Amino acid sequence: MSWADILQILPQQLVFGLALGTVYGLIALGYTMVYGILFMINFAHGEIFMIGAYLGWWVFALLLQAKVGGLHPAWVLPLMLVHAMVGAGILGVCLERFAYRPLYLRGATRLGPLISAVGASIFLQNAVMLTQGARMKVYMTSLLFPWSWRIQVAGVSISALVLVMTASAILMMWGLHLLVQRTTLGRSIRAVAEDREMAAIMGVNVRRVIAATFFLGSALGGAGGVLVGLYYTQIDFFMGYSAGLKAFTAAVLGGIGNIHGAMLGGIVLGLVESLAVTFINPAYKDVVAFAILILTLVFRPSGILGESVPESEKV
Amino acid sequence: MTAPGWERRAAWGLGVLAVVAPIVAPNDYWIGVMARICLYATLALGLNIVVGFAGLLDLGYVAFFGIGSYVYAFLASPHFDVHLPFPLALLVTTVVTGISGILIGAPTLRLRGDYLAIVTLGFGEITYLLLINGDRPINITNGTNGILSIDRPALAGLVATRNMDYYYLFLLFLGLTLLVSVRLRDSRIGWAWQAIREDELAARAMGINTTVAKLQAFAMGASFAGIGGSFLASWQRSVFPENFLFTESINILAMVILGGAGNLLGVVLGATLLVALPEVFREFQAYRLLVFGLLLMVLMIFRPQGLLSFQGRREAESDTAEAPDEVTEARA
Amino acid sequence: MLSLTDVVTHYGPIRVLKSVTLEVRAGEIVCLLGGNASGKSTTMKTILGVVRPTAGRVEFEDQRIDGLPTESIVRRGISLVPEARRIFGRMTVWENLAMGAYTRRAAPPGELAEDRERVYALFPRLEERATQLGGTLSGGEQQMLAIGRALMARPRLLLMDEPSMGLAPVLVDQVFDIIQTINRQGTTILVVEQNATVALSIASRGYVLQNGRIVVHDTAEALLRADHIRRAYLGEEGER
Repeated sequence: MSWADILQILPQQLVFGLALGTVYGLIALGYTMVYGILFMINFAHGEIFMIGAYLGWWVFALLLQAKVGGLHPAWVLPLMLVHAMVGAGILGVCLERFAYRPLYLRGATRLGPLISAVGASIFLQNAVMLTQGARMKVYMTSLLFPWSWRIQVAGVSISALVLVMTASAILMMWGLHLLVQRTTLGRSIRAVAEDREMAAIMGVNVRRVIAATFFLGSALGGAGGVLVGLYYTQIDFFMGYSAGLKAFTAAVLGGIGNIHGAMLGGIVLGLVESLAVTFINPAYKDVVAFAILILTLVFRPSGILGESVPESEKV
Repeated sequence: MTAPGWERRAAWGLGVLAVVAPIVAPNDYWIGVMARICLYATLALGLNIVVGFAGLLDLGYVAFFGIGSYVYAFLASPHFDVHLPFPLALLVTTVVTGISGILIGAPTLRLRGDYLAIVTLGFGEITYLLLINGDRPINITNGTNGILSIDRPALAGLVATRNMDYYYLFLLFLGLTLLVSVRLRDSRIGWAWQAIREDELAARAMGINTTVAKLQAFAMGASFAGIGGSFLASWQRSVFPENFLFTESINILAMVILGGAGNLLGVVLGATLLVALPEVFREFQAYRLLVFGLLLMVLMIFRPQGLLSFQGRREAESDTAEAPDEVTEARA
Repeated sequence: MLSLTDVVTHYGPIRVLKSVTLEVRAGEIVCLLGGNASGKSTTMKTILGVVRPTAGRVEFEDQRIDGLPTESIVRRGISLVPEARRIFGRMTVWENLAMGAYTRRAAPPGELAEDRERVYALFPRLEERATQLGGTLSGGEQQMLAIGRALMARPRLLLMDEPSMGLAPVLVDQVFDIIQTINRQGTTILVVEQNATVALSIASRGYVLQNGRIVVHDTAEALLRADHIRRAYLGEEGER
């Protein structure tokens, strides 16, 4: 491709990268919140995201099947999101309760929960494959967001879908920010993340706070699933794997445990990815995320904004 | 940690059984299964060095497996029209794969457990992507088409053709790798690995060069995968990127963990179970991975130290409340 | 108000508290003295339910609390000012105080504001730094914050673990003055201290803990006067 061609598609790609980046950030929040409070990587978070996508699809498919008229994103989208978020949230809480809690209560080494999480990831992937089929499902996005709904900004054509997707992600992230900074629950989450024992001595029910954290992080991951489903229009049982790793990269890039870091990391990853796709072979798109992950962990493991990990956890 | 007496006798007993096994095998298919057990046991022993001995959770071990297989394929097939004799190809592959272990291990040296796991996972993925996209712009790996018509192993005029030939070949090398593993475990480097696994900071304080030790672990583990890779390539007589997906890393890891990380016999047992049982329950093939994932979760909750390992449980005994100075003083 | 009877506490196989019996009556200031590794921290943790006693009873206001989860023990009116302060460095002063009142989060905001005012009255410096992050405060200010945070719960019994640690002598005097003020305002206090002289100067009674056992129990004046006890058990040479 000539430089002129590249310069022409660059703004478009950057817009897409930014939009996708906000969604990465949304999913990344799930990893970062869980890591901040339990110091474990919930490897199965990618699968929670995937199941969120399936839940949203299911709601939409039901509506179509019932031949409900007047489908408009203003009410269909929130419906899909709520279903996906609640379902994903509950799934996250169950995971924590049955697969992880027995491990971290025992004070097991950090590798135990990680292996269990890998097991959970494989289990969920295959559970979905066996019950929903191995073939992909299609999000009939065009029925909700007709292609004609778009605006032109400085020579870049942005569809309503991309706008709504980005706006939703930003709105949810802002909501989380408010919750964590201004509410009692948010304070107790931060307290438990910083000093679990002291929080307990303040009277915080640590187990409930951990469950709430899992719920919130998973709900956001599920929402991300719906948004990604709408954007790429096809979902399959395996989509959690690469999306999960990218979201994890975003979390690490921004500073694991740091909520603002996850949001920032997502956007940066989205932008870098879109740049890479423009200038390098698109087939290596996934390699970009891994490369960023490895580079970050090797050269700046605390991420851009710095890890939010108490001194006692640092090796 | 040297093996208790019964372990050594059990090992010899199993060895004898293994040698005569093909006679009682119901058919050639099952001899093939036994050959696969030996192949995977070799791989599991390699991963055991990294995970079991040195305590480094490698989630991307399949990378070494893939590198080993492809390097062997390069050296003994029409692809580059290089046809090294089997022993030489095997040796070169093992060494090259061992070096790749050092290269992949190097960036992970300063990382904590979970991060190390993710980075190795990333390398596993990158390897797969390189294999599958390695036919552009210049064709190295032949991409999705794989490499075909790989030479059969030939030693002193004998060429392996039947499953039984491969079985005895793999069994021989399994025995060798077991021997090497035992030697490593009881050697100075083995003690260094154990120290690192238990408490890296303390190990360094004792004067152990943890950097070199960790790289050695990766190198040794990878070289075993090089052997395994050569075997796969020369037995299947073809290699494809699909042979080296992430699930394979987890497969081998599960063998190590199920049997008991660090316990050599356990690792072999783990490999046997995880290769043989899916064969026994063929009708439930579709549920294989599902059960697999469940198995990992259940294992971690109820028996994290694996089937045969005697250690590890005590790690799980620690109080969640931080022990105050009184305890450390009293212990001193 | 608080009583420990023959409490035995283990950490794994190690018996840290071998037999602890002590009592704190309402309105008192009682101090628990002892050197390093005598079991003082473990005693605090046992009272709060962070660690469970292997034997013996812990009673608060005539109800057994040993074996209860920390959360419910704290809700009954016991607060801790921990060793080394352990304030939430990543939260502001205001937020730390809010966390202190966690058990009373259902209370009307007017009450909570009152309590905050009371804390600010005791520690004007905290009011100045209300929006600053806890981690940016000096050692002395952090100690004040730790105390203020504990007070926000309106505790009936306040446990203080080595409040003098790491503080300059001038600050130590200030802190202990404040402890007396808090006591006069109606809070019963159990102070764990290595600095026996200062602690005994405000307490009515004192216990000496050594190797997990109470070895001396007397009024504060008696302990202050008995030089040989001080030197033998507390390792101090003469008066400060």
